[in-house]
Amino acid sequence: MTLQFNVEGGDFARAGYASSQIKKILKEIGVDPDVIKHVVVALYEAEVNIVAHAYHGVITADIEKEGIRIVLDDAGPGIPDIPRAMERGYSTASPEVREMGFGAGMGLPNMKDNTDSLDIESVVGKGTKVTMYNKFE
Amino acid sequence: MADSCPYYRGLQILTDVCVGCSHCMRSCPTKALRVSGGKARLHLDWCIECSRCYQVCEHRAIKVMDDDFGNIFNYKYRILLVPMLFFSQFGDGIPQKTITDIIGDLGFTEVRAVEQGCDLVAEKLNEYIPDSTVRPVISTYCPSVIRLIQVRFPSLIMNLSPYIPPLEVTAQYVKRKYENAGIPSEEVGIFYVTPCVAKIASIKAPVGGYTTPVTGCINMDLLHDKVLLKYKRKDFKENGIKVSLEVSRNGMRWSTTRGEKHAMKKYINAMAIDGIGHVMEILEKTENDELDGVDFLELRACDESCSGGILVRGNRFQITADMHRKSESLPDKIPMLNEYRELCGDSMLLGKVEPRDVKRYGPDIDLAIKKMETVRKLRAELPGIDCGSCGAPSCEALAEDVVNGERTIENCIFMQLKYEKSGSLKVKNVVDIMEKIWGKKYDS
Ligand SMILES: Nc1ncnc2c1ncn2[C@@H]1O[C@H](COP(=O)(O)OP(=O)(O)O)[C@@H](O)[C@H]1O
Ligand code: SF4
Ligand SMILES: [Mg+2]
Repeated sequence: MTLQFNVEGGDFARAGYASSQIKKILKEIGVDPDVIKHVVVALYEAEVNIVAHAYHGVITADIEKEGIRIVLDDAGPGIPDIPRAMERGYSTASPEVREMGFGAGMGLPNMKDNTDSLDIESVVGKGTKVTMYNKFE
Repeated sequence: MADSCPYYRGLQILTDVCVGCSHCMRSCPTKALRVSGGKARLHLDWCIECSRCYQVCEHRAIKVMDDDFGNIFNYKYRILLVPMLFFSQFGDGIPQKTITDIIGDLGFTEVRAVEQGCDLVAEKLNEYIPDSTVRPVISTYCPSVIRLIQVRFPSLIMNLSPYIPPLEVTAQYVKRKYENAGIPSEEVGIFYVTPCVAKIASIKAPVGGYTTPVTGCINMDLLHDKVLLKYKRKDFKENGIKVSLEVSRNGMRWSTTRGEKHAMKKYINAMAIDGIGHVMEILEKTENDELDGVDFLELRACDESCSGGILVRGNRFQITADMHRKSESLPDKIPMLNEYRELCGDSMLLGKVEPRDVKRYGPDIDLAIKKMETVRKLRAELPGIDCGSCGAPSCEALAEDVVNGERTIENCIFMQLKYEKSGSLKVKNVVDIMEKIWGKKYDS
């Protein structure tokens, strides 16, 4: 089953929409609650990153018997130094974004911790593509 | 769908009274009701006994099951555990002493405040919560909330407090006291005056590994009316009923909203929520880890907590106000707290709570995904106005029922029009379909 969501940069009010929809579906098909929790945490962080750092993006979730693959493809500034961005506490978030309670620099590390695999491809000036996978068992 | 369920049935739809108006179906927070054959039908394993359906039924077609009052006489010692709100139903109208005399005259040998167990529960919670690795800890006080968590929020089962609710502590205290006096247990009947169906269910079909010492329930409205009648007719004598209604300030307030919150130490950040809709909202947030810094959740299914229980007579706001007023002059602890600690302190654990039928589309994930996909396709075809004409509470619910083989897509009036237009459905078929759902509402 494939699901798609659009995400707009700056739209903090709607950040979390995709993760709550995915959560609902995973619950209904009977996925283990612990797995759901990890998926929701990782996806929420990834969604917020598009809202906070990029211009717009598309989320595509593929749900299969074995697990869920989520691809977040955005048009945005890209990430120049991915290993650096992955460090705990590293953030380039603007003061305005920080004031709203985002930008603690924990998003990418949290995504890493809550997925079975996390892959980030990025082209500076063009955009970022995040692929994450969680097994159901 | 209806009868194969192992869960206790506290509410019953009287099919001869039900007119199939669908009000209950629209009010159910877990979407456990449908209309078919002109009658409301309950999907038992989704029912959390919150009793919203009972409250909205204008035809009094939903009945609360009750135990035969005469059962109390199967026991030599007949102990009644009374929530203090029972007395507040009468306002200042009838003195407490008169009420307990009437309870004695009705046949009970002892009456005890159910909130005596609160102090020990508070003690345990205040110790447990700061050390708990799982936060927020969720109260096990309201059984309807426990059922909601089992049915819709199984991931939060681990957040439930490990302790039995105060009612069970008090019941245990009574049981042990009689045991220690050398009285055989078959001579002791412990009865609980219940404000709601959820508590009845929690006694008839307890969750967790715990076995309750409570023998039976007395519905609060029934007892209220019996007491009032005897009072008006002056039809009672003073008698030797043993009365123990000592409760602490916290105990008196416990069943009201923020009652548990007030009993928590300052270092515990507790939040109190009442009303089933609000409770669902907060559980959703808890599940999403959006409740930073909250240590304890007091959650109650009813508006205004137990003062708003469906078996409570009188105005819920007045009852709460009366209990708060009475609580002010009460001591911090019950005088027999030490005895409670001795008799119950080592057996306060609830045991493991299991999730309840959360797999809507069966245990096989592969099949569930396929069903889910079909549901989404159907939903996209349905009008999305949740009119209820199909006998299901929403377009989404109809789609789910269709996929689960419980209904057909032609139950939707918009689909009927579509099929009629394309010639695949005749008006006569449509009439048949609608009569199957709603019964004969007019002569055709
Ligand atoms: N989708 C994205 N587009 C551009 N930059 C990103 C994106 N996601 C993350 N980054 C960069 O990586 C940094 C670290 O991300 P993260 O760990 O989520 O912390 P935070 O979002 O709190 O800043 C961000 O500050 C930002 O510079
Ligand atoms: S709030 Fe009280 S009366 Fe209402 S369902 Fe819960 S325990 Fe019963
Ligand atoms: Mg981030």
